[in-house]
Amino acid sequence: MREPRWLHAGAWWAWALGLAAAASRTTNPLLLSLLVVTAATVVHARRPDAPWARSFAFFLRLGVVIIVVRIGVQVLFGAAIGTTTLVHLPGIVLPSFLAGVRLGGDVTFESVLMAFYDGLRLATILICVGAANSLASPTRLLKSVPAAMYELGVSVVVAMTFTPQLVTDVDRLQTTRRLRGRASSGPRAIAGAAVPVLEGALERSVALAAAMDSRGYGRRGTTTASARRLTVVALLGGLVACCIGAYGLVASGSPFALGLPMLAVGVLLAVAGAVAAGRTATRTRYRPDPWRVSEWLVLAAGLAVVFAFLLAQWLEPAAMNPSVDPAVWPSLPLVAVLGITLGATPAWTSPTVPLTNAVEHPTRSPATLKAAA
Amino acid sequence: MIVFDHVTITYPGTHAPTLVDVDLTIPEGEMVLVVGRTGSGKSTLLRAINGLVPHFTGGTLAGRVLVNGRDTAHHPPRELADVVGVVPQDPMSGFVTDTVEDELAYGMECLGLAPEVMRRRVEETLDLLGLAELRQRPLRSLSGGQRQRVAIGAVLTSHPQVLVLDEPTSALDPGAAEEVLAALQRLVHDLGVTVVLAEHRLERVIQYADQVIVVPGDGRPVQVGRPGDIMLNAPIAPPVVELGRLAGWHPLPLSVRDARRAAGPLRDLLVGRTPHLRAVPVEARRLALVERLTVRYGSRAALRDVSLSVASGEVVALMGRNGAGKSTLLNAMVGIGPATQGRVEVDGSAPATLSGPALLRRVGLVPQEPGDLLEATTVADECRASDRDADCEPGTTRALVALMAPDIEDGTHPRDLSEGQRLLVALCVILAARPPLLLLDEPTRGLDYPTKARLGRVLADLAAAGHAIVLATHDVELVADVADRVVILADGEVVADGPTEQVVTSSPMFAPQVAKILSPQHWLTVDQVAGSLFRAHAPIDAAIGGIATPPASGAAG
Repeated sequence: MREPRWLHAGAWWAWALGLAAAASRTTNPLLLSLLVVTAATVVHARRPDAPWARSFAFFLRLGVVIIVVRIGVQVLFGAAIGTTTLVHLPGIVLPSFLAGVRLGGDVTFESVLMAFYDGLRLATILICVGAANSLASPTRLLKSVPAAMYELGVSVVVAMTFTPQLVTDVDRLQTTRRLRGRASSGPRAIAGAAVPVLEGALERSVALAAAMDSRGYGRRGTTTASARRLTVVALLGGLVACCIGAYGLVASGSPFALGLPMLAVGVLLAVAGAVAAGRTATRTRYRPDPWRVSEWLVLAAGLAVVFAFLLAQWLEPAAMNPSVDPAVWPSLPLVAVLGITLGATPAWTSPTVPLTNAVEHPTRSPATLKAAA
Repeated sequence: MIVFDHVTITYPGTHAPTLVDVDLTIPEGEMVLVVGRTGSGKSTLLRAINGLVPHFTGGTLAGRVLVNGRDTAHHPPRELADVVGVVPQDPMSGFVTDTVEDELAYGMECLGLAPEVMRRRVEETLDLLGLAELRQRPLRSLSGGQRQRVAIGAVLTSHPQVLVLDEPTSALDPGAAEEVLAALQRLVHDLGVTVVLAEHRLERVIQYADQVIVVPGDGRPVQVGRPGDIMLNAPIAPPVVELGRLAGWHPLPLSVRDARRAAGPLRDLLVGRTPHLRAVPVEARRLALVERLTVRYGSRAALRDVSLSVASGEVVALMGRNGAGKSTLLNAMVGIGPATQGRVEVDGSAPATLSGPALLRRVGLVPQEPGDLLEATTVADECRASDRDADCEPGTTRALVALMAPDIEDGTHPRDLSEGQRLLVALCVILAARPPLLLLDEPTRGLDYPTKARLGRVLADLAAAGHAIVLATHDVELVADVADRVVILADGEVVADGPTEQVVTSSPMFAPQVAKILSPQHWLTVDQVAGSLFRAHAPIDAAIGGIATPPASGAAG
């Protein structure tokens, strides 16, 4: 049994993005469901007992909402395909300048199925990101961000931690309205709470900025301005190239040069920039997460899924995007299933997470007490 | 270590400087206490030490502030981070990372220390502040006292020679406050750190201070001196000092220990006398009833089988650790919170079934952040909205505000009021509907002594007029002053419920200073002792007396 430790946050995000990229290549509901199950299995096995780790359930719910909304939009506005009518909604004839937009009318099985596939794909991508979020908090990812990008990273992380705080604030202020004898739900309650919530958020960000400044954030180093500019250009250029490359890889029908080659160029630029930045940075890092065999295994698992899906698309394109008109029962392409199986291996190959005893204050549930003893 | 050389600080848009000609020197290894009323410029003084004023806040600074030889005019806060560590008032607001260990390392990472040094210092600091078991914990899951200690540790790892703290114990229960002050003591004595702290709760910190800086806040110069000298004539003083002045002890004791040694003759004098207690009306009506109440958040029970009954004219104090369930109980009494087992009744009906004016006429709660109640952009608008909400005569709320806090102007934005003024406005808004049952959650957080004394008188008058009052608080001195009964909660259960003088004197944690000094006799406040010795009562503010309107009888509907 290996010693429990935190896996490098970058490995988790790379793995999860691999799953997400794979999901974007298919509309096969069986494969998408398998991807969700894989993500859930790994999250269940390797999630820390920290507050941010509870966000996975939220992402699952959000996924369901996306599917429902997608189908709703299709039913109300989408053009009907196929002939199997499920329900007949009263249609509204729109003026001629809105030709092509349709309201109501026949709801066919085929169009609902198509919307379901589409919504499921989007939901799966989102759930994969949610999995990364609960396996490694964005703040931990920040620890591995290259030094030159650090300041950018901080603002992103601060924004991300503020969102949950806003939700709690809105909640609290809505309940407080009851004390004034006002309605504590509904649009008026939200409107009434909006200004105080934003004021509170602003005050908090000013307080945080003051605290960070007093603790030495942004101290001048010995770097010259031109060297710093060069690193930033290399890093940003690399990032942009990575984005284009990733898009090229994901979007079907884009030219080959925009895919892997672009991604490679981006990665090279980013690495060069990061190395240069690391050499000049005055910041140091406390206990950086090491990158060991387990990290390589998790990264490989993520890549395996992507390559398996690319291969499957080449071998069995029909199975990856099952026909909805006429509707056929989707088949399971063997290569893709093998890839997903490999994608689930981090549930065993990654090290177990250390116990944080992160019980919400002042709870001491018997289970954690026993675990601590 | 710290030199203020004729410093005058003026914020833009104000007609008078906040600090005038401050000229003082703080030597190395001293614990310095900064006192003064809310808004007097204490925080400005503290923040000038590391250059947040004026680099971060704006404004102009005339004169010089030197810290360890560095002039803050040429060194912004980040360049002073290795010399001065600042702990903000709300530690949570200053946390950058999300676990204890990372937070401790953050400052050192910014300073660019070598990894081995960082590792060693984190371990040392974890031990020094007793945080070793918490190292992996997410910051959000910590209790108030733990958060405060992490915030101190987070600046300590950079090995600053100066530590600046803004009200480090104001939000803490007595136990957690002891914890934090003990840690500060160790730093001053063992490591020679210079500590500068602002605190309203003098009774907690005055005994540890080497020097006191009084910031009067009205343009007069700041006073600097030994605590004993300053306290001799200070207008605000903790009970131990007031008792010492009353009894004419010399030298003036600052700690309970010193006072007890001097108190022998006073105790003899008081034998056979009894404190004059406020009479609770005999024909009291039961206004609140809680029976076997259990409240759960998820799988965790915040309250377990709690029973409580409150009668008119009674002031009940709810005490207990941070997170013991005090706020949950108050919330349940106004019908806020998750589904519950058991019964809650206010004035004969379940609060969860009431809403609007019908609720307001039975029970009112002033929450922990009184500002949460205020949504309007001016005080006058707020008062008009309150009259509408409570369905009462236009002008009712404004008249209450005029009585309780005559210095508040109509056009002020509620956020621009001082902490104490905001509390009083929120209290008026709640009182507009004349609820017979009044609940207050932590009303004295961040209040200075004069505002607290005023609140105490307001509460006593309201109780005399027949209101029942329940307040959740950590402030033992306020409890000794106003409460007839004390209920102590621990881990969601009632562990003590009885008359104040019995409950607080039997527990060292919740006993007020006078009780500790004069135990085994049951005296709680200096006023009681003075009243018994001189048969003279403390004067009651006549203006405040006017608000003691009897609560609406029988409630509407």
